[in-house]
Amino acid sequence: MTGMTANRAKARPARRGAPGAPRRLIYLSLTAVAFFSAIPLYYSVVVASRDNAALAEVPPPLVPGGNFFANVARVFDTVPFGLALANSVLVSGSIALSVMFFSTLAGFAFAKLRFRGRNALLLLTVATMMVPTQLGIIPLYMLMVKLEWTGTMYALIVPAMVSAFGVFFMTQYLSRALPTELLEAGRVDGCTTWGLFWHVVVPVARPAAAVLGMLTFMSAWNDYFWPLVVLTPENPTVQVALSTLAAGYVNDYVLGLTGTALGTLPLVIVFGLLGKQIIGGIMQGAVKG
Amino acid sequence: MATRAPDRLAAVPPGKPVRPRRRVRRHLVHQLDVKGSPYAYVAPFFLLFSAFGLFPLAYTAWVSLHEWVLLSDEQTFVGLDNFRTLLADDYFWNATFNTLSIGVLSTVPQLLLAIWLAHLLNRPLRAQTFFRVTLLLPNVTSVVAVVVIFSQLFGRDFGMINWMLSWFGVGAVPWNEGVASSHVAISIMIMWRWTGYNALIFLAAMQAVPRELYEAATIDGAGEFTQLRRITIPMIKPTIVFVVITSTIGAMQVLAEPLLFGVYTLTGGVDRQYQTLALFIYENFIKLDLGYASAISWMMFIFIVVIAGINYLITRRSRGGLL
Repeated sequence: MTGMTANRAKARPARRGAPGAPRRLIYLSLTAVAFFSAIPLYYSVVVASRDNAALAEVPPPLVPGGNFFANVARVFDTVPFGLALANSVLVSGSIALSVMFFSTLAGFAFAKLRFRGRNALLLLTVATMMVPTQLGIIPLYMLMVKLEWTGTMYALIVPAMVSAFGVFFMTQYLSRALPTELLEAGRVDGCTTWGLFWHVVVPVARPAAAVLGMLTFMSAWNDYFWPLVVLTPENPTVQVALSTLAAGYVNDYVLGLTGTALGTLPLVIVFGLLGKQIIGGIMQGAVKG
Repeated sequence: MATRAPDRLAAVPPGKPVRPRRRVRRHLVHQLDVKGSPYAYVAPFFLLFSAFGLFPLAYTAWVSLHEWVLLSDEQTFVGLDNFRTLLADDYFWNATFNTLSIGVLSTVPQLLLAIWLAHLLNRPLRAQTFFRVTLLLPNVTSVVAVVVIFSQLFGRDFGMINWMLSWFGVGAVPWNEGVASSHVAISIMIMWRWTGYNALIFLAAMQAVPRELYEAATIDGAGEFTQLRRITIPMIKPTIVFVVITSTIGAMQVLAEPLLFGVYTLTGGVDRQYQTLALFIYENFIKLDLGYASAISWMMFIFIVVIAGINYLITRRSRGGLL
């Protein structure tokens, strides 16, 4: 399915319409934007590979130095960064898997099953995307105290196990990509609805679910406020550990920026490898039918 | 056709006369499966969302009517007292002003820039994927990283931005100290992180606009800018409304940027010059004054609904686009 759309896009004529604005100007603007998007990350790598004395130089250093591994060792000595990485992988991974599963399940029901109140429930789902749930953070914290989940990863994973965006995204995808005939054929062969889900829906949903999983993983990895509220610096995620670095060692920019580079680069590498699919996914999810 | 009819006739009779009990039960199970399972499939979302999204939000209202301290078990009902104190609290109005100022400074240029970028990308280009991937790069960078990096860039003495400004003869700007300068710095961080993301959403919508419209406009001699204003923007209006509302909600809840820009001071600068509403809530939460913090949350919720509503009306009403 996805392959077909991609081919069709490529088959479009290379040039169309009047050449309006000069193309050189367009490339120049886009290159400038790309430059400004990349420079802060590049700069953090430059600082992370130097020492604090180099920062006071005018002009500031523009290329990486040789201190990177010494700085990394300092980060690991200052905060439990290994534990933070492990926690972040656990939390983001669990959330991503859970959101993929529940979104595909609900997306299947909304896209292809008939039941009373379907449209109303789908509308309600979309409406919940507009609710600023951050405002409920105080009772949510009280709830976590009651459940004795504060300071544990349950407090991060369980509330994030479903996502309205995910449900909407998979509904959009499945209503286009899942042929109704395939489901009917499955029914004729005696499949239960659950059987249809595993044998017909899941294989079709896999590409979109993978994109959803990556997006969810990234936003869970970067989630900041709630982990800060509910966790302790002794058992942190990467973002909480970074914030400890940034808050506790104000004048040690090198330490802070090394932590930043360490916490961001894994994600950027994954993103660099899979960016094309992720962007394709965002573009697909964003088109509203 | 002719060959099929006899088959069908032959197939029906055997099943009809006798209906064994087993078949009835299987029929019931099948009915239950078809009628019931859709609800079971959408239920996890609604249950978890109600428990961890909706219930806390509603419960905030109840807490806001109490003198409520986390560690003690006593909660005194005080009615609207928290709200009365709040409306007379200068810090609250200061935080409201800061939130609105940062919100306007970050959102308006961001959305205009995003539409323009999407427009530039909405044509066949070389290195198409490369440009799109770099657009999303800032959004992949965590907010902590963004603020740590930008705080360094905005540093007064050794920051790169002041160094560049010095080429044009501008003296060292203390970005962190002033009201205007700190709002600009924070807005730039927010813009940097979200412009590309919104541009991609606009781009997705723009690609659904029929090509013929542009071809016809070109024949009629309409220029690039006219086409953007008269065709693209009206055609993607639902998406614009969606993005404006989600950006408004996001802008009203800005917390991490001012918190980290002030190196973790809950007041948002020495003189509260960039304390946002969300940060004001957090400050009271840390003081364990949960009743007051919840009252601020509800005021903020009301602000969000009102401002999102106004923006919805403005973006929907405006004919021929936003420009």
